Amino acid sequence: MIEFRSVSKRFPDGTLAVDDFSLQIPARQVTVLVGSSGSGKTTLLRMINRMVDPTSGTIEIDGHDIAGVEPVRLRRSIGYVMQNSGLLPHRRVIDNIATVPRLTGVPRPVAHQRARELMDTVGLDRSLAERYPGQLSGGQQQRVGVARGLAVDPNILLMDEPFGAVDPIVRSDLQQEVLRLQRELAKTIVFVTHDIDEAFLLGDRVVILESGGHIVQQGTPEEILAAPVNDFVASFIGSDRGKRRLIASERRGRGDDRVLIDAGGYPVGVISAPGGKLASGSASPRSRSISNKTDQAGDA
Amino acid sequence: MVWLWNNLGLVLGLAAEHARLSAIPILVGFAASIPLGWVASRFAWLRGLLLTVFGIVFTIPSLALFVVMPLLLGTRILDDLNVIVALSLYAIAMMLRGAIDGFGSVSPDVLQSATAVGFAAASRFWTVQLPLAGPVLLANLRVVSVSTVSLLSVAALIGKGGLGYLFTNGYQRAFPEEIVIGIVFTLLIAAVFDIVLVLLGRLLLPWSRRAGRAA
Repeated sequence: MIEFRSVSKRFPDGTLAVDDFSLQIPARQVTVLVGSSGSGKTTLLRMINRMVDPTSGTIEIDGHDIAGVEPVRLRRSIGYVMQNSGLLPHRRVIDNIATVPRLTGVPRPVAHQRARELMDTVGLDRSLAERYPGQLSGGQQQRVGVARGLAVDPNILLMDEPFGAVDPIVRSDLQQEVLRLQRELAKTIVFVTHDIDEAFLLGDRVVILESGGHIVQQGTPEEILAAPVNDFVASFIGSDRGKRRLIASERRGRGDDRVLIDAGGYPVGVISAPGGKLASGSASPRSRSISNKTDQAGDA
Repeated sequence: MVWLWNNLGLVLGLAAEHARLSAIPILVGFAASIPLGWVASRFAWLRGLLLTVFGIVFTIPSLALFVVMPLLLGTRILDDLNVIVALSLYAIAMMLRGAIDGFGSVSPDVLQSATAVGFAAASRFWTVQLPLAGPVLLANLRVVSVSTVSLLSVAALIGKGGLGYLFTNGYQRAFPEEIVIGIVFTLLIAAVFDIVLVLLGRLLLPWSRRAGRAA
């Protein structure tokens, strides 16, 4: 578990990026920090591996104050995936993935063997191992970035808008990949994004931030969708635009399905309605295909 | 050509001296410009200061610099060191801006991500920042190399100019063939140095060519 206790950060130029922020991030779940730019979300993320040190307050990982841990050692124990992958352009894919194990003194053959296994884990063909990052597509680079983040088998994985720069189809693939990996590996993932749909798709818990790292609302996606605490959240998650308010139309789909439309009149999905009555609570909330489709219909 | 065969020993001796007296300043200039370029790329005020100082050094006519070197260094008139120090100063002056550009060309994202995954400061410099600045450093070093080889001949006027001796001697004797031979051998040395640098670049920076081709 990661715990922020009354953490503030004032940068040398005087900006108060984070103001008295407290949060418990549960272990082995995906916690998404979501907010627009200036909400302090990236600063918060970077405090976890001491890329940024708080001006006041403490951050604990499993009960240990990280201010007492040497930054380089701390960072090597935490996976980090960032936008544009942040790969080393002068090293081959295999060496990029093996970067951190090599830094910690793992012998090259062992590190490379592990790196090849990680390529399988993140769905990269092993034939790409000898390439340089510049020779890969954006999506492949991001997969290498994830593999590198997993290379030391960290308990904690920090993801800083990792899929912000790839096209929507690739992003969707990568998001599914993260969900699959998380089912297999169950890491403590802290994920930063400005995309609320991404947050709802990936997050076990979602923390919506306003400027200065003020938490406006936190909870499971279902809780937030069901009861946005104020207009800011309603606007942020799109419920005020009718994007999240779905109506079962009279149109019948296959079998007992009814077509769902949003408030803008766009069809967004189907819901089963045996005997004309809408089903309730049968599907697990974890499969968030409906909200995902809402996004695509809304953007269309 | 007959003159060349008759004086081959002299020409090759001068060529060897030329190569030695220009290679050392090229290496010194490169080695010195790396720490200077690195600090200059980190601290803006230092960048202005260093660029101004070496800008002024670069405007000093080479002949004047060669002549005053014994006074500044307390060396004898015919000491190699006079030429080596003077040419090293020019090499740094030429290389400095390139070194600053080189370090500036490294993506801040890559450096930040290197820090984030746990590179310590020193290993980040040697294994990430320096190699990534490599292509720009190399491009500038090639210019410095050619310039230094050519500039050295001026030092013939103080008796330490390598093949430059053939220019002054050929001029005094009104013997163009000697001058032409001097030019050809100077070009050969510059070409050999350049080829060595390019090959070193391919060896040490294999990624820059392959990544470039893919993009």
